Order: sequence, then C-alpha cells, then structure tokens
Amino acid sequence: MSDNSQDISQGGYTTVDGRKIGGVMMEMKNITLRFGGVVAISDISFNIHEGEIRAIIGPNGAGKSSMLNVISGFYNPQEGEVWFHGAKRPNMRPYQVAEQGIARTFQNIALFEGMSVLDNVMTGRLTKMKSGMFAQALWKGKAEQEEFENREVVEKIIDFLEIQAIRKTPVARLPYGLKKRVELARALAAEPKLLLLDEPMAGMNVEEKEDMSRFILDVNDEFGTTIALIEHDMGVVMDLSDRVVVMDYGRKIGDGTPAEVLANQDVIDAYLGVSHD
Amino acid sequence: MFYREAGDFKTTYADDSQTFPIKFDRYRYYLVLAVAFGVIPFIINDYWANAVLLPFLIYAIAAIGLNILVGYAGQVSLGSGGFMAVGAYATYKLMTSFPDVNIFFHVIIAGGITALVGVMFGLPSLRIKGFYLAVSTLAAQFFLVWLFNRVPWFYNYSASGQISSPERTVFGYAVTGPNAETWVAYLFCLVFVTISAIIARNLTRGASGRRWMAIRDMDIAAEIIGVNPLKAKLTAFAVSSFFIGIAGALFFAVYLGSAEVGDTFGTTKSFLLLFMVIIGGLGSIFGSFAGAAFLVVLPVLLKNVLVAGLGWPTDTAAHLEILIIGGLIITFLIAEPHGLAQLWRVAKEKLRLWPFPH
Ligand SMILES: Nc1ncnc2c1ncn2[C@@H]1O[C@H](COP(=O)(O)OP(=O)(O)OP(=O)(O)O)[C@@H](O)[C@H]1O
Ligand SMILES: [Mg+2]
Repeated sequence: MSDNSQDISQGGYTTVDGRKIGGVMMEMKNITLRFGGVVAISDISFNIHEGEIRAIIGPNGAGKSSMLNVISGFYNPQEGEVWFHGAKRPNMRPYQVAEQGIARTFQNIALFEGMSVLDNVMTGRLTKMKSGMFAQALWKGKAEQEEFENREVVEKIIDFLEIQAIRKTPVARLPYGLKKRVELARALAAEPKLLLLDEPMAGMNVEEKEDMSRFILDVNDEFGTTIALIEHDMGVVMDLSDRVVVMDYGRKIGDGTPAEVLANQDVIDAYLGVSHD
Repeated sequence: MFYREAGDFKTTYADDSQTFPIKFDRYRYYLVLAVAFGVIPFIINDYWANAVLLPFLIYAIAAIGLNILVGYAGQVSLGSGGFMAVGAYATYKLMTSFPDVNIFFHVIIAGGITALVGVMFGLPSLRIKGFYLAVSTLAAQFFLVWLFNRVPWFYNYSASGQISSPERTVFGYAVTGPNAETWVAYLFCLVFVTISAIIARNLTRGASGRRWMAIRDMDIAAEIIGVNPLKAKLTAFAVSSFFIGIAGALFFAVYLGSAEVGDTFGTTKSFLLLFMVIIGGLGSIFGSFAGAAFLVVLPVLLKNVLVAGLGWPTDTAAHLEILIIGGLIITFLIAEPHGLAQLWRVAKEKLRLWPFPH
C-alpha cells in the first residue's frame, strides 16, 4: 500500500530532517534468487538513492542477507537486473563489484584473524594498490609511495573510528564489539560509494550500539557515503534510516519511510507473526 | 634493559613499516650480515660448509619459498621436491646449452622456469583446497620425478641417468665443478639467500602479502574486499616456486655437483621442507631460516654427540632424530603453529620488559 518507491522521482528528494538526497544510485529490478527449491528472494524491486541510508528489515530467513549478497556479486540472481549508476550491471565476481566502489561488512564477522588491525584495515585499500610485483619486490618507486599514501588514508579512518590504541593488535585477540568496528574500518578504507552493512549492531550492548549508530551517521554525513544496512533493532532503524525495505519470506511487503512502513498492516502482521497460508 | 624500544620514536610511516623497527634488532641484523659476508668466508672449511652452511643457506631459500605458499597464502603443497627438481634440471640444461652465459643468470632463469611450472600445477588451487590440494601437489611431485627419469633429453642422454654440473666461474672463480672452492660456493649461495630474503620480506609486508594473507585467512571475505583469488593464488605459486627453483638449482649445481632425481628430489625432500616451515614458523621469513637451521643442524649435532661422543650406533642416532622431528612437528602443530619464530618473539617480548616485568 504505502509502497511509495515509485512516487519518488529519479532525481532525488528531501528527507524529513531536511537533508538533500541525490538521484537513484542502485536499482534492483525484479530480482529472484533460488537455492535449489528454496526461493530466498522472490521478484523484488527497490532502489537506493545517492547519499541516503536505506534499511532492509524483516524476520529471520526473510532473505535480507541474500539481497546484500546479490548486490555485492556473491550470488547472481536467476532473474532480474541490477542497475548501478544508470547502467545495467552484467554478472560480476565479488572482486569486480568491489572495484566499482561497493564495500560491505558481514553478519558473522569476516576479518582476517591472522593479521593485525592495521593490516586488516589496509586490505580495504587493496583495490587502490596497483603497483607491479617487481616494484613491490624492491620496495621502491610506486610500490613504496603507494604503501605510504594508503597508510595515510587508513590512519585517518583508524582515528575516525577511535581504534588507534589497538592498531597493532592481532585481530584474533579483540572482543566482539571491537571486531565489528574494525570490520567497518576495513570497509570504509575502500572509500566506497555504496556501503553495505549486514547487522552492524547484532550482539552489541546499548553503549556499543550507540557508538556504532554515531559512526554510521557520521560516515554518511562526513563522507557522503550511501549506506544500505540490515538491522533487527527497530529503534536503531527508526533513528538511522531514511527509507526502509521490508522483506518477509523472500517477498517485499513494504517500502517507504520508517513511519510509513510501521503503519503498514502487512509489516505489522509479519512482525507479530500472523500465520501465512 | 638495553633491549628496548622506549625513546625510539617513529615519526614517519616509512620508519614504522621497516623490517626491523627496533634499533637493537636492526644492529643485530647488520652484524649478522657483516659476519656472514666478511668473516665466515675466511674461516670456512670443507666440513662446515658441506655439513652445515651450504645446505642451511640453500634450504633457507627453499623454506622461504614454501613459506610464502603455505604460511602466507595458506595453500598446502607437497610438491616442493619436484619443484626443486625443475630448478635443478633447468639449470643443468641451461648450463650445458649456453656455456657462455654466467651461471648467476642460469640460476635466476631456472627460478623463472620453475615459477611457470609452479603456476601450472597451482591451477587446481582455484577449485580445490586443503587436503585435496595437498594430494594434487603430491601428484605433481610424482609426475615431475617420473618426467625427469623417463625423458632422457633432460639428462642429456647420459648413461647413468644422472646430471652433473660442469665447471662454471663467476669473476674468474670456479663456483661449480670439482675445482670449486668452498668459500666461493658459500658466497655465491649467500648472495642468493640475502636477495631472496629481502625480496620475500618486501613482498610480504606490502600489497601482495596482504592479498595472500587475506586469501589464507578467509577467501570469501578477501574476494569481497576486491582480491582477485585467481591472481593472488597464482602469484603465490609463482613467487614460491621461483625461490624453490633457485634452491633446487643451487642444491644440484653448487652443493651436490651431481644428482639423480628420485634420490635427491623425492617426496622426502618435500616433507623435509614442509617440516622446516612448520617448525620454523608459518608465515615468517625469520622462521624459514630458523626451521632450515634446526633441521640441518639437528642430525649433525646428534651424530657428533651420540655417535662420535657416546659411541651410539649410527642407526640408533638416526632413529632418535626421526623421533625428535616427529615429536616436534606434533608439538608445534598443536601448541605453537607459529613455530620457533614465535618462541623467539615471546622471548624478546619478555626481554623488552626485563628486569621490570610490570
Ligand atoms: N547458500 C545458501 N544455500 C541454501 N540456502 C540458502 C543459502 N543462503 C541462504 N539460504 C536460504 O535463503 C533464505 C534467506 O536467507 P538469508 O540469510 O538471506 O536470510 P536473512 O533475512 O538474512 O535472515 P537472518 O535475519 O537470520 O540473517 C533462508 O531460508 C536460507 O536458509
Ligand atoms: Mg542475514
């Protein structure tokens, strides 16, 4: 009913709190993704505008992570099209998607456990590091210069996320909340145009959630990064997001501002667990 | 107290990412280089060179190579013996086909050829991992030994089926052949070790190393942050095989002088190298040296102490050696996967605080 994504002009809109949002950056058109007999995503369309924070919510198993996996090229949908910056995207490998400026974090932390915090965050810059093997072997010229330029960017992000003190710590030794933060740092290090966050606050306490919310808002505000995030905590979703897609059993059952979505009867039913038949 | 980093401030990223960030370590490194290049060549004798120094240097190169593949990139390989054989036979063919070219270049080109072969046998790693990859590299090992045995072209149709290195000189000094002097052979290998270690260190502390370690720690996440798994794995195979090929070339041409592929480069060699890397420390250049030193020195030590000193029979000493190595491998795999290198780091950590542990 309140599916108003069609109402929003391709040219952008102004949010409730008065921020200017750009035109459509990413458009998912009639995406269907199946795993054998399981339909994880069923004919879903929605878009993400430049500069907005877009939430994807829904009960467990709704297909939210699968949707992020489609965006980041991890799965190729059986049907439907992905449009990015006004062009239809061919099927791509995840590393090619990364090259296009899309970075993400994972529902279950996926850091490189054998490496230090600094090295983990540095891996976020790998798409920018193009020097050849020979230059690297000699640690000269472009290789050395590139190393230091990227280190500078990484140090800024480390400062921004307030993880200076653990810079040299092996990631495996960090508590859960900090690991989530380091994973965000790694994604930010890529200076992405579109940042995908899969449950960035899952398993965190209230204080950690507040920190994380603040970081997400700051990233969006200071760097102008477009963000799509999955979150279960409705309070957080209300606070952070400009628009929300609601999924249930692989279908889209709502799309609009947080207030609109909350007033949607299908959404209320899905969350209150009204039986599906 | 004199081993410390206090007062040793890093003001640039270059300072911070150098190989030996602590001054004391840096001085020790220069000291080791000075002794290795400036002192040992004058006091070296045949026994020490052949029993310890030459095999140590050459195995160190091979262990660095294998460590890049197994320790940094996380791709298991049981084919190192076969890759050493490629380096050895490539040098042999080059030495006999182009006698006018300096052997220094033969060794490097042999490394390049081994890199290509390594990439070819690394292709399955794009599809298979772990145990299955190990089996496929073991197949490479058997295939390569079979190939060098069966195709007479590789050993220039010699009646014995062996290859033996003709005399070649560098700056007028014989490096290979019966007239080669020990100190020349030693210096020749030392140059290769030094260059290999520096290159390996540079590669592993920069972008390539991070790509390899990312693939090792979590290949799915690596791909999502933009690492091309195909490129990362194949470069690891290439660089690793390059060093192992150089080690094979030196092992045959400079150290042994002649070789028969099955005896010299069989599966035993593959396992020996793997043990060096495990005992020394996975993912550590220093560990590659430590592992090579340990497994070269251990048999010599046991022989000197038990056989010569206490009068044990030789085979008992040999069995004890196998027992010790086996026990250590298990201990390290279970308790300290980062090997001797980690023990060394821990010791330094303690020393850094000594004598005020709090
Ligand atoms: N690789 C896979 N193979 C088979 N089925 C899968 C796979 N990945 C997801 N699914 C199925 O697709 C459906 C959607 O899963 P998905 O992980 O996208 O849900 P989600 O909305 O992220 O749930 P949660 O809130 O629990 O994270 C589930 O039924 C799941 O079992
Ligand atoms: Mg999920």
